[in-house]
Amino acid sequence: MRLHTFRGGVHPPSQKHLSADRSIEVLPLPPRLYIPLQQHAGAPALPVVTVGQKVAKGELLAREHGVTSAPLHAPSSGTVTAIGDFTAPHASGLPLPTIVLDTDGEERWVESEPPPDPFSRTPEEVARQVGAAGIVGMGGANFPASVKLSKARQAGVHTLVVNGAECEPYVTCDDRLMRERATEIVDGAAIMLHALQAPRALIAIEDNKPEAVQAMRDACQNDARMTVLSLPSRYPAGSAKQLIQLLSGLETPSGGRGTDTGLLVHNVGTAYSVHRALRYGQPLISRIVTVSGGAVAEPRNLEVPLGALAVDLLNYCGGVSKDCARLLMGGPMMGQPLPGVEVPVIKGTNGILALTAAEAGEAQPASPCIRCGRCVEACPMGLLPLELSKRARSEDWSGIQALGLSDCMSCGSCAYVCPSHIPLPQYFAFARGKLAEQRREERKSAHIRELMEQRQARFARAEQAKAEAAAKRQAAKKQRAVVMEEED
Amino acid sequence: MNINPVAGAPHAHDGDSVSRLMGLVLLALLPAVLYGVVLFGWPAVNLLIVTLIVCLLCEAGCLWLAGRSVRLGLMDGTALLTGVLLALSLPPWAPWWIGAVGGGFAIIVGKQVFGGTGQNVFNPAMLARVMLLVSFPVEMTTWLEPHPWLSGSAPGFLEGLLITFGHSEIADGVTGATILGYARTELVMNHALSQILPEHYHTGFAAIGWTGGSLGETSAILVLMGGLWLLWRKAITWYIPVAMLGAVLVLASGFHWLNAERFADPVLHVLSGGLMLGAFFIATDPVTSPVSRGGQIVFGIGCGALVYIIRTWGGYPEGVAFAVVLMNAATPLVDHYLRPRAYGRTWSGQSRPISERAKHAAMGRDAGSGSR
Repeated sequence: MRLHTFRGGVHPPSQKHLSADRSIEVLPLPPRLYIPLQQHAGAPALPVVTVGQKVAKGELLAREHGVTSAPLHAPSSGTVTAIGDFTAPHASGLPLPTIVLDTDGEERWVESEPPPDPFSRTPEEVARQVGAAGIVGMGGANFPASVKLSKARQAGVHTLVVNGAECEPYVTCDDRLMRERATEIVDGAAIMLHALQAPRALIAIEDNKPEAVQAMRDACQNDARMTVLSLPSRYPAGSAKQLIQLLSGLETPSGGRGTDTGLLVHNVGTAYSVHRALRYGQPLISRIVTVSGGAVAEPRNLEVPLGALAVDLLNYCGGVSKDCARLLMGGPMMGQPLPGVEVPVIKGTNGILALTAAEAGEAQPASPCIRCGRCVEACPMGLLPLELSKRARSEDWSGIQALGLSDCMSCGSCAYVCPSHIPLPQYFAFARGKLAEQRREERKSAHIRELMEQRQARFARAEQAKAEAAAKRQAAKKQRAVVMEEED
Repeated sequence: MNINPVAGAPHAHDGDSVSRLMGLVLLALLPAVLYGVVLFGWPAVNLLIVTLIVCLLCEAGCLWLAGRSVRLGLMDGTALLTGVLLALSLPPWAPWWIGAVGGGFAIIVGKQVFGGTGQNVFNPAMLARVMLLVSFPVEMTTWLEPHPWLSGSAPGFLEGLLITFGHSEIADGVTGATILGYARTELVMNHALSQILPEHYHTGFAAIGWTGGSLGETSAILVLMGGLWLLWRKAITWYIPVAMLGAVLVLASGFHWLNAERFADPVLHVLSGGLMLGAFFIATDPVTSPVSRGGQIVFGIGCGALVYIIRTWGGYPEGVAFAVVLMNAATPLVDHYLRPRAYGRTWSGQSRPISERAKHAAMGRDAGSGSR
């Protein structure tokens, strides 16, 4: 198959050698797990357990609330000890409602029937089961997989893209998953094809992972519907929009959906979770996390129960050295800086990185933009990052929208190449916040205006009613007078 | 553990910086500078030093007035580069005040009044050169034949100081017009190029720069080598140099083919004057050129075409400085109209729909072949 290309992008040093050769190890069960109620797009899940309740592994802890929400299950057996606020995996360090589970070490599974053969079930049932297992996009997008599957089937998607590009530096969890559990991923992809009623799947892997490419080729050689493709390594090849463009030459229309192109992208980890859910009835309660970075003694790939704290993972990998300058959840290009080590792993966590100052590239303060245009060359979306940041600095909110801020996906390519070390994505995040605030204000004032109008209408109606009543009274009075006159 | 949670993504950088970029450009200019110094001796050294000192002092003064960090401002290397570029475009035996006035004008009027690094509309060095050329035409067009260091005709150190700082009239015997100026004067008198050129122009000498001219513009080969090195180090892109040289080559070839007696051949155009320096080192100034690839190509073609037009029909024999400054003025316009097409949008910025046919045809002939 002929590959197409996408514009821009950068080639950061992959640094995958730190952890790529370490087999997946199971993290020893931590004594306490912290499960935030919001690990997905959409509204937080609603707890269905109470404090003090004993739960089995895989038991429902919280159910979805709204369309793009997802349920949560107990990553291990134990007792719910608290439902309260705990530090969220976000730079702000703000607390989020969280279920705290003290594990008992028994790993006792919830009792359930073995699930029927997924291929004997209808596509709707498969998608529903994926949703019930709490599976969200595991590449970091955190969008519920079931919603994507049913919407894509309705949109007539003809190709499932299994995303094993893993273009973020350092992160090797998908690489290891493909090397070690290729058959399971291919089975998950086959189940998703059934759910989509689509004729074929493309498994896309960057060519810096030749072992994974080979393992996946071996695993799907008996399935003519699947093709494994080795992509040239360039960040952000693993972004859904760029991956679709690479494979089909088509661009997701601005403001449209990826499925408009006839392709649907799902991460390899998602495919693996679908396999676990549909074959064994196991919900999404653990994931593979890469622990790496120059400040980590022994970088590793760990299979981690959701809710384990970053500190549990880091300690298992020999701890963090003193020269750690940046602690991240996710890769260095798009990862979230963590406010501390006491932050739980969630469904979308692909890496915990401890980077040294040299790795994080923060040696220099920002200097004035020299308009070199490197950010323009690097932007995979064809935007003008320097102009966007200029508008953000001068608070020109309509100008920044006209320049296509909404198309920016915060991939960070612009800041990676900026010789002036300007933190461009931070300007964009600031502008997004301001615009969201503006929209909220507008909605609020529109609501107030509506209420005012209703109030005035109500007053007007009351006035009118009063006037009519007065008129009626007047008329009655007159009538009475006439009658009295006649009686006289 | 010194964790900084405030900094946002990306947490990686390719390690480049403005000062490193400027350092690379200065390094690439070094051969041309050294050659100019060897060719024109002590007066050239004096002029270079005066220009650089004035540029750095003005930059420091302006930064201090603006309340910015003088150290950081000087460290970025932009003022130094402006000084070097200006000095390279001056007649090597020009009096000291030409360098001083030019340097001060370049930094203060050309750059700092706009707000400093990154804010200026015009290339400061070229703006200063245009100002000098318009204001002091005699000093700015007094060229001399090469007086290589250690040869008998080279001025000594003291003599050099007198030439730069004194009032010594340069003897008529050592001065002469550049080939562009000479050809222009002769053409006005209706002499054919075949009569004009043979005595005054030799392609080989023009290429290595064994000829009269500006301090650092004479050797096209050394400037070209520096430019190619910059391309290789990815300090500049090829769009502007190739477009600018290409435009001159195409125009010169066309007119030369039409009338070889009136229009000089393209090789003479490329090897003479400041074209090579302009194409690789001046028009590529990131601050004053467009940001997109398409914009840079248009900018380069515009510069090249203006150079040829001014040289051939304009009032001055050389037009690189005018061409660059004129195109600098057009840069905001070019930037406005020549933007890259955004992903998923049409050129006019509307959402770009996908036709049903494209959706199914995009995946090639094998699309759907597996649906058995």
